[in-house]
Amino acid sequence: MTPARLLVTASPHLGGADSTPTIMWSVVGSLVPVVAVATYYFGPSALLVIAAASAGGVLTETWFGPKGALRDGSAAITGILLGLTLPAGLPLWMAFVGGVFGIGFGKLVFGGLGQNIFNPALLGRAFLQSAFPVAMTTWPTAAPHWSDLRGDNLAIPLMSPEVVDAMTGATPLGLMKFEQIGTQVSALIMGSVGGSLGETSALVVLGCGAYLAARKHLNWRIPASIFATVAVLSGSLHLLDAARYPGAMFMLFSGGLMLGAIYMATDMVTSPVTNKGCWVFGFGIGFLVVVIRLWGGLAEGVMYGILLMNALVPFINRATQPRVFGTDTKQVVT
Amino acid sequence: MGDLLWILVSAMVVNNFTLFYFLGLCPFMGVSARVDTALRMGAANIFVLILTSLCAWFLNTFILPYAPFLRLISFIVVIASLVQIVEMVIKKVSPALFRQMGIYLPLITTNCAILGLAIFQTNRGYGFLQGMAFAVGAGLGLTLALVLMASIRENTELADIPEVAKGTALIFIIAGSLSLAFMGFAGMLSAT
Repeated sequence: MTPARLLVTASPHLGGADSTPTIMWSVVGSLVPVVAVATYYFGPSALLVIAAASAGGVLTETWFGPKGALRDGSAAITGILLGLTLPAGLPLWMAFVGGVFGIGFGKLVFGGLGQNIFNPALLGRAFLQSAFPVAMTTWPTAAPHWSDLRGDNLAIPLMSPEVVDAMTGATPLGLMKFEQIGTQVSALIMGSVGGSLGETSALVVLGCGAYLAARKHLNWRIPASIFATVAVLSGSLHLLDAARYPGAMFMLFSGGLMLGAIYMATDMVTSPVTNKGCWVFGFGIGFLVVVIRLWGGLAEGVMYGILLMNALVPFINRATQPRVFGTDTKQVVT
Repeated sequence: MGDLLWILVSAMVVNNFTLFYFLGLCPFMGVSARVDTALRMGAANIFVLILTSLCAWFLNTFILPYAPFLRLISFIVVIASLVQIVEMVIKKVSPALFRQMGIYLPLITTNCAILGLAIFQTNRGYGFLQGMAFAVGAGLGLTLALVLMASIRENTELADIPEVAKGTALIFIIAGSLSLAFMGFAGMLSAT
């Protein structure tokens, strides 16, 4: 008979069945419908742009990341999410550069997965937005054939893209902001509107988010508080001056709000630790989104809202430390 | 009144001195290791910026109309010496406050954010109250940037930063990322 083995370990003693790779790969799996819808609306260009952004992220992780880091799937998520925030007609080399920047400067420089401050995909996008503002705001709409490319995807690196005769149009938010033209909410929900690859069909993104929330791979409090804040703020502004401010449904379903709130803001690394912190975080994002959309110089503010709140996360974590069990007063552990 | 509020918010968030104009980077890089020192540095900054605005307004109104070629040099000399005098007064009157804030004052006096404020204020033709609002806004903006940077740096203390990125390199990368995030405010309140 073997003697009973006593295992002495530090807490936590209860482990869940989920590990980093299983969570990350199931998030990748949940992105499949979103990518499929993007492909349905934008043809092969969608797949090419997403593939280029993912290639940038994954190759950077392989070359410079710690050994075996690729298996956890986080670089793939960053790449796909970055791809989904880009316009379909973007030259592929730009998407690739975005992936490299996002993973390299957004994640690896901070020490890899779990230690980054900013969401790598959004940092990559913010970089592209500053570096290539024209290419990043050219939104293709439809092409004569589904299989046509939606812009000069194959432009030679560092050359200005050839102006092809693809149809371009403004996004619903751009139309609202610069030309005061509204868009039907039903079109926004189904996705037959211009915009980034992943900001077309709000319905599909919402469904994927519900799946992830049910599996507890995202904290539902973050999207819930973002939606609630945006709805209440824009709804009350709409009541004040309906001609100037669009209604709550428009604000909720247009632009990248769904994709951002469900996939970007809930990134486990760059969101607050406590549930209370998550409410604060979501409120902040919703507030910034409304402020930037309505009064900023840009049509869309989801990316900047999330990045700004990412910067505040260390502060939120510090402010929402839970009470140490067994103590009366709040003890701040530093 | 609303006009003053716009100036304050614009200087604090939209045209943040550190993250938009890249002024005052020395304290941003140097004194941002801990949140409490960053806060004190920010407070000292607000104080000096208010003094600066006061000096610039005084010089612009009473002296420089007669000798416009003296603008830059008089800004530097008057502001620096006034801050030095204030520092001595604080040291004499309140040694406790001096220990909290005193070491930062000489550091800030020769900072580009200070001269920047005086020149912006002159170029935009701000009056006395507008200048005060501008100074408070700029100071709050510097404090915001400093505290954000410090809290992020405290968070990365235990991270496995790769050897190439350790130290100042990482601070610059964080600063760049913060600046990218603040681009979201670009163009806001452009009426002012």
